[in-house]
Amino acid sequence: MIDELARHHGVFATLWVVWFFVLFSGILVWVLLPSRKRELESHAQIPLRKDG
Amino acid sequence: MATTVPMTAPDTDIRYVESPIRAFAIATMFWGVVGFLMGVTIASQLAWPLLNLDLEWTTFGRLRPVHTSAVIFAFGGNALLCTSLYVVQRTCRARLFGGEEMGWFLFWGYNFFIVTAALGYVLGVTQGKEYAEPEWFVDLWLTLVWVLYLVAFGGTILKREEPHIYVANWFYLAFIITVAMLHIGNNLALPVGGTGRSFGVAGGVQDAMIQWWYGHNAVGFFLTAGFLGMMYYFIPKQAERPVYSYRLSIIHFWSLIFLYIWAGPHHLHYTALPDWAQTLGMVFSIMLWMPSWGGMINGLMTLSGAWDKLRTNPALRFSVTAVGFYGMSTFEGPVMSIRAVNALSHYTDWTIGHVHSGAMGWVGFITFGALYWLFPVLWRKSRLYSERLVAWHFWIATLGIVLYITAMWVSGIMQGLMWRATDELGFLQYSFIETVAAMHPYYVIRMLGGLLYLAGSLIMVWNLYKTVTMVESEEPQALPSGAVAAAAE
Repeated sequence: MIDELARHHGVFATLWVVWFFVLFSGILVWVLLPSRKRELESHAQIPLRKDG
Repeated sequence: MATTVPMTAPDTDIRYVESPIRAFAIATMFWGVVGFLMGVTIASQLAWPLLNLDLEWTTFGRLRPVHTSAVIFAFGGNALLCTSLYVVQRTCRARLFGGEEMGWFLFWGYNFFIVTAALGYVLGVTQGKEYAEPEWFVDLWLTLVWVLYLVAFGGTILKREEPHIYVANWFYLAFIITVAMLHIGNNLALPVGGTGRSFGVAGGVQDAMIQWWYGHNAVGFFLTAGFLGMMYYFIPKQAERPVYSYRLSIIHFWSLIFLYIWAGPHHLHYTALPDWAQTLGMVFSIMLWMPSWGGMINGLMTLSGAWDKLRTNPALRFSVTAVGFYGMSTFEGPVMSIRAVNALSHYTDWTIGHVHSGAMGWVGFITFGALYWLFPVLWRKSRLYSERLVAWHFWIATLGIVLYITAMWVSGIMQGLMWRATDELGFLQYSFIETVAAMHPYYVIRMLGGLLYLAGSLIMVWNLYKTVTMVESEEPQALPSGAVAAAAE
């Protein structure tokens, strides 16, 4: 089992890079979608609210 | 001072925990002065070695970790605990998880760790890992305190009344979790019976790589992510404006988290570490330009439309200049991580200058800015004792940093060039002692820079002491909570 995994280490390592790339790209899309701008920017007010 | 002041805001019933946070604020000042004083001491020892006093307890080798731990973990750590516990309660609108008792345990527990570690250094008890010198028993105690810190911080977030977790808390949380992981990973060791000493689990190049995985991420997550949390709360508070772009702050956070953890190998260029790992460390360090400058732009542009506040608010000047130094030292760092540049800069004073532009300029200044804002708020005063003294502190400290880093640039590059200089027959042109003698004037200038920085911090201590003790005739007005003035002495 371990040997089997070790033999495919290169594939897993590459898949891990792809996974991180997809994950980070997903974060960018989620943050930069124009439809989400108003909601996200409203969070900047949190420290400025009364008692913030 | 030790009196608990129930602080009931008009629109909520939350009683924020504040007494331990006041204690953390005082400890930040205290350890700051101790750390800067130790820095001036060892800088003087380098210029005038007689000051080692020929005593084992006062040699450079033992006092140097006292300086680094005092400024990073004692001054910086108390500042981070102080501000994170303040910010998480306010931005989550929730009382600290664990209440006053938790706050006081963290205060005494963390500061006991500092004192134990420092005593160990002076007495020669060390495991010889840079920025991770304390032996295993001190490490275990810190692990306990740190896990409870995570519980207190995470618990407060979990019981928040504000639906969104404000970005400053993301940075603080990343700092707490990553430091726990680094501390445990780098300190795995086998104690040796009865001596208080230990052997690390890893050896050779693996040990070196784990050490610099720890060491560089101590910079990345302790000295950067944690203090960015401070930036994202206190600059909007001081400028009375929201952060320039909240979306940029989220991208800043995730890109920093994705990249920083891989940059450690740049500390091991041209060593036994495999070339691919060195190249990896270099490439990730260069990629760090993007989040660093994104964050710097976000901090600076928060002032957009309100730049005039820099003229009238010297405390804000500290915070904004800190962001400038953040941008400068995070530009310099990736340059130095390039292998060809590192061949010249490594092991020279250039590295020391780089670290200090980050430590004194970024970490120190963002903390001073936060302290000048926090003291009047925590002690229910409408203003600081003296804005003029803040301005004096600012200019004296800035001049100190400039003297320090310019001296180290000249000294470091000269040192690197002298080490590699060869004559026409290929022999080294300078003996080692000639390079040491050439450093002397720059070591004196550096010591003077440190002395100015220390003097500035003493002005701050006096100013904040007077702020706490001054008697105000009218009711305080500028409090965010509208809290009742309390006899908090």
